[in-house]
Amino acid sequence: MSNETLEVENLHLWRGDRHVLKGVSFTLAAGACLEVTGPNGSGKTSLLRTLCGLMYPEEGRVLWGGHDVRGDLRAFHTALAYLGHEPPLKADLSARENLHYWIGVRRPLSAAELDTALARVGARTWCERLVRTLSAGQKRRVALAGLALLAVPLWLLDEPTTNLDAEGRRLVGGLIAEQLARGGAVVAAVHHELPPEAGPAGRLELAA
Amino acid sequence: MSSRVSSATGSVATRAAAEQGAASATVAAETAAALRAARLALLRDLQLAFRKRSQLVQPLAFFALVTMLFPLAVSPELSRLRAIAPGVLWVAALLASLLALEFLFRDDAHDGTLEQYALSGQSLTWLMFAKTAAHWLLTGVPLALMAPLAALSLGASPAALPGIVASVTVGSVTLSLIGSIGAALTLGIKRSGALLSLLTLPLSLPVLIFGARATELAMHGAPLAAPLELLAALAVLGVTLAPLAAAAAVRISLE
Repeated sequence: MSNETLEVENLHLWRGDRHVLKGVSFTLAAGACLEVTGPNGSGKTSLLRTLCGLMYPEEGRVLWGGHDVRGDLRAFHTALAYLGHEPPLKADLSARENLHYWIGVRRPLSAAELDTALARVGARTWCERLVRTLSAGQKRRVALAGLALLAVPLWLLDEPTTNLDAEGRRLVGGLIAEQLARGGAVVAAVHHELPPEAGPAGRLELAA
Repeated sequence: MSSRVSSATGSVATRAAAEQGAASATVAAETAAALRAARLALLRDLQLAFRKRSQLVQPLAFFALVTMLFPLAVSPELSRLRAIAPGVLWVAALLASLLALEFLFRDDAHDGTLEQYALSGQSLTWLMFAKTAAHWLLTGVPLALMAPLAALSLGASPAALPGIVASVTVGSVTLSLIGSIGAALTLGIKRSGALLSLLTLPLSLPVLIFGARATELAMHGAPLAAPLELLAALAVLGVTLAPLAAAAAVRISLE
């Protein structure tokens, strides 16, 4: 894993006449985790979407390994995984098929790797079922399997523990801890706290 | 002295060649990755379409119905039907392909697939090309295969059918490509159907004109190379530019 640092300098984002991000700055070293907290509507999702380059900030910049990510957005994207509110899954494909296509578009993927990742999130028994028949927590688990398969240095997670039971939350914590141990970095927007298994994390409080 | 200079230039030349080789190797690797990703995106759309067959059948049923309404509404007299057949065929094909467009990106935008495509580090242009290709395979090709039936019911002679199939096949490529731009531009808008047709129909006029002309010539047994070549030229232009425009529009809509 690379030892790139994520630096965020003075981000300002406007949505219409609403000033959503008011000068957000932080530095995240390799192997570190940042919890982004704040009330509803404080811009946690907007911050994550700005970080990964989906939204254009009015001011400020995001640096990855010392380079402005706007310079080579595609190279930055190969280094990051973004998981939004909703797991990016097709209702009419099975869990396994979903991962095959979603992860396969990004990198070559073997069937054995897929099996390991599905077993890891406890999906072995239901991975052939269509996603439309799965519960919200099961869908979240499939998305987590995808995250683990991507093996990229930067994770941007929006509410990673939503809909998960106690064991699922421990799974999220374990995955984050592994990512950090590999030298990867994690930015997670959370309402509550990250599971304790994830280890210590920096905190960034966004004001409403 | 001179041999040293020549060996120095020699090593510089080798290094330059090696760098060039490495650069072309990365380009080749990137292209291979982009093609692999595009292939998967295409297969995914095909597999999904076969899981939801009703979406697939709708435009085709529409095309069949519209072309069958004309003999009832105008006159069952073949000579009169023959006169309007090219126009009827092409307007029906145009509207049928428009009907299918709404589904092109809607589900992908809704479930976050487009977002993941945009963040995949792969060329979004290639992925859009793959999605449009899947759309053409699922609507354009079936329309071209149904066109002979419709043409026969409108009084075309069997000799005209190959020309009609060829014109619909080539013309529908451009219709899918133009449609992909329109569908991508209207992604952020709820109930985008009317706006989508306002955007894409004017751009589709050349296809309608040359397509109907090719069909007319085919029905008269005249050589139809000229309008077919123009349709093909439009398709080539579309393949070159439309995926770029669709990718840019998708990026904007995701913001």
